[in-house]
Amino acid sequence: MLLSANNYDVIVIGAGHNGLTNAAFLAKAGLHVLVVEKNSYTGGATASRELYDGWKYSNSSYVCSLFRPEIYNALDLGRHGLKVIPLTSSMTFKQDGDYFGSYHNPNVRRRELMRHSMRDADAAIRFDADIMRWCKLIRNFLLRTPPDPGSFRPRDAFEFAYLMKKFHELSESKIYEFIRFFTMSIAEYLENYFENETILAHYSGGSIIGTGLGVYSPGTAYVALHHAMGDVDGNIGAWGFARGGMGAVSGALASALQAHGGEIRTDAEVAKILVSGNRTTGVRLTSGEELSAKIVVSNLDAKRTFTQIMDESDLPPKLVERARNFKIRGSSGKLNIALDGMPTFSSLPKGSPLTLGHMHFTDTLTRLEKAYDDWKDDRWSTDPYCDVLIPSQYDPSLAPPGKHMMTVFVQYCPVAPEGGWSDDKRDQFGQTVIDQIADYSPDFKNLILHAEIRTPRELEAEIGLTEGNIFQGELTFDQLLFNRPFPGYAQYRGPVRNMYMCGSSTHPGGGVMGAPGANAAREILRDLKKPDTTPAAFSDD
Amino acid sequence: MNIGHEHFRRALQHTPFHDRIAALSATEDWTGWNGYKVARVVDKLSTEYFAVRSGCAVMDLTPMEKYRITGNGAREYLDRLVTRNISKLRPGRVTYVIWCNDEGKVIDDGTLFQLGEYDYRLCAQHHQLDWLLMSATGFDVHIETETHDVAALAVQGPTSCSVLTAAGFDKLDQLKPFGIVDLQCKGIPVTVSRTGFTGDLGYELWVKPEDALNLWDAVFDVRGLYDIHAMGLDALEMVRIEAGFIMPGFDFNTAESTIRNGHDRSPFEVGLGWVVNLDKGHFTGRKALLAENSRPARRRLTKIVIDGNKPVREAFLYDRKNGEQVGEVKCATWSPVLKANLALADIDCVNGKLPPKLWARLDYQRELKWHTAWAECHVQSKPFYNPEHRSATPPPRF
Ligand SMILES: Cc1cc2nc3c(=O)[nH]c(=O)nc-3n(C[C@H](O)[C@H](O)[C@H](O)COP(=O)(O)OP(=O)(O)OC[C@H]3O[C@@H](n4cnc5c(N)ncnc54)[C@H](O)[C@@H]3O)c2cc1C
Repeated sequence: MLLSANNYDVIVIGAGHNGLTNAAFLAKAGLHVLVVEKNSYTGGATASRELYDGWKYSNSSYVCSLFRPEIYNALDLGRHGLKVIPLTSSMTFKQDGDYFGSYHNPNVRRRELMRHSMRDADAAIRFDADIMRWCKLIRNFLLRTPPDPGSFRPRDAFEFAYLMKKFHELSESKIYEFIRFFTMSIAEYLENYFENETILAHYSGGSIIGTGLGVYSPGTAYVALHHAMGDVDGNIGAWGFARGGMGAVSGALASALQAHGGEIRTDAEVAKILVSGNRTTGVRLTSGEELSAKIVVSNLDAKRTFTQIMDESDLPPKLVERARNFKIRGSSGKLNIALDGMPTFSSLPKGSPLTLGHMHFTDTLTRLEKAYDDWKDDRWSTDPYCDVLIPSQYDPSLAPPGKHMMTVFVQYCPVAPEGGWSDDKRDQFGQTVIDQIADYSPDFKNLILHAEIRTPRELEAEIGLTEGNIFQGELTFDQLLFNRPFPGYAQYRGPVRNMYMCGSSTHPGGGVMGAPGANAAREILRDLKKPDTTPAAFSDD
Repeated sequence: MNIGHEHFRRALQHTPFHDRIAALSATEDWTGWNGYKVARVVDKLSTEYFAVRSGCAVMDLTPMEKYRITGNGAREYLDRLVTRNISKLRPGRVTYVIWCNDEGKVIDDGTLFQLGEYDYRLCAQHHQLDWLLMSATGFDVHIETETHDVAALAVQGPTSCSVLTAAGFDKLDQLKPFGIVDLQCKGIPVTVSRTGFTGDLGYELWVKPEDALNLWDAVFDVRGLYDIHAMGLDALEMVRIEAGFIMPGFDFNTAESTIRNGHDRSPFEVGLGWVVNLDKGHFTGRKALLAENSRPARRRLTKIVIDGNKPVREAFLYDRKNGEQVGEVKCATWSPVLKANLALADIDCVNGKLPPKLWARLDYQRELKWHTAWAECHVQSKPFYNPEHRSATPPPRF
């Protein structure tokens, strides 16, 4: 057994963007921090890799909105090379050759809504106001540690009072609506506003992304909010591209971490978190090397943390039970495609700005629900919901001049099809997606130079996301706020002393947000009685 | 309205009058209004302002939202929708109305035109189809947006009646304020109402979009006899404040688009208690308004005159110089006819009453340097400017 000469204050397991955020704030506080990452690259689900010469893919996550500007600012990520360019639009192709476009210009957007339904164009104002109201409420809690509602400690009481105060800033009727909202399906929620089939389908898409639920499943309305609560430069709900792909986010975080004296070791997979006397002492790598540290932070999802890199005998049995039953179903796939040129889309007029944003091909709620039905039967959707973007139209660093990079997020893809995944099945899944896009773009197939196809199998194997769940755990109310990941463990502290969690499995959940990492850092610094280096939340008012 | 796939190429569409206004536009000072390109200033602000107050100003109103409400149940429906008792409204008459949500907060205001027995047009500031249709459940009504199918032109100012008469509108001088009449002008069928947003004598002309340019030409043909100017939104803003007209969505937040609790306003809070008839029978928001009416007022959108000549834009109001902050200016203008600073301000009440004294803190620039001045404010209950010729029938000839 090797014993490292280095003795760290903190070891963070995993160089996902949350691990890096966490480590950066701890290093900024003067702690001696090491991040150990199993892959040869950093970023986890927030990475850019060149798998085909000259092309850079955002291999997993591909658009940025949730990332907290407070963290960006506090870690000076702009000077570490990060730039987030706002995205302008989204659209849904219809099967009849028409399409619905949500254009960046509000006048054009409204007119396009009118083109499909005069009433929906007006209802969109009420919809936007309602969603914005819920966003504003929930944004208050992103950079705060959730209170433990069962505890009587002054801090929990204070946090709980804060939560209730914010909640009661809604009027009485809005409180009822908000509670309803949390328990509703996106389809039913949207039907309170819209009548047009395409518009309903268009606005539903965001609420099934990454989730093992369908548009008619209760709880999906919240997922829509989870995708709307971010912002780009104060523009709430807007999404953007990180220049250089999402790896630019983790790259800037890594650079900030190193600037504060932190270290990163890649190709260093942790086999076990070492515990002695109900206290962590360090980690053992799969190489057998042991690294000791006062504090160990896990960036892995809660299921993986407690069922794979910790000994069950070191843990309270109830927690092991919770971890085993943690809802972390994988439901998504991803294609990253190198293109020899810009594909054309038959139904779009020449010069349409809609190729600059999200493109979807599912134009009815029924098709969305059917896509879900396939997944429930352990099949990939034969008619999947795809979120397609071609970021190389903005970002010259992703592909050679005149060439393009397409990212395709696919919902739904099973954790394992019948008989399990094989490379052949993975490619068949990819082909289903390519065929769908080709139905709307005749020259698409001929432009394909290379494609990276990722199913939950690849996501789990490469990034360690259990079952390939993109959020490190389902975003349903039983796993949100003080329930994330489990009741009693929502304050980033693990069950043994000096062990913490900082991944998307913790509040406020999945997405490239940085908030779990920053919140966990705040708790660690608090326990160490060190000055807080994490930022306070910006206010919307 | 026929919207094609290419509409994205022009974020702001042209109104049916656009060609004529563009030809007159020396400033190219355009802005957006409900998806249309409209002039802020066509040529010169003071000329346009004085055209309304001394001659004749013409303004394109097409972007204003217009809804056609028809059917046997139209009157009952409208009676339920709006806060005002409209039982006296008759075909050929117009009335000013507001409507509220269940919490008694103002959704919007507008003018209601009764065109026929079961036929109404509702003109609104904001997009209302969603609310109008939601409110229609259980009523025998048909509601349609006709914003884009009816071109509208405001002809306003002391000589507007003379101008239109010379242009070929017969017997227009007999039309009373808030009256509507169908006339022909050089063969063009035009619906004329004696309405406007300027506080002066004035008319609004409603035509099919394809007749818009001919109508414009018919009016402007009279230019040899009378001075006529195309007018933009900036001049309208000045005259509407002088007239004491409020703009939902600008002077206060409209209910259905309000995000922050308490940022919407009741009719009483914006000085529109006079269009609320609590005893007319049930209407949407009545319960909440009854309750509110029995409590002392919390705040009030108030007309104030601000002493002195310092330009006013945004400003906080205080109960004394350097005192407690009690309100804020929502819109303001220097009035060239009154030589005074006029404003509408949202002011907190104490025990239902406005503070006895009001002071505005004005931040203004001189040669790029910021200065602060304190100015006393005086509450006005009447419109700041309300000339007699505005409501005389027949209007005096100019
Ligand atoms: C396909 C896909 C698309 C997505 N799209 C978006 C999007 O567009 N926008 C968005 O905001 N979010 C998106 N998400 C979600 C978002 O990417 C994740 O929620 C987020 O990146 C998770 O970050 P994290 O730091 O919490 O964890 P991770 O990124 O999962 O980091 C965990 C790290 O731990 C490492 N690791 C695992 N096991 C070990 C071990 N034993 N030893 C050492 N290291 C280990 C992993 O390699 C990884 O680097 C997407 C996710 C996926 C998978």
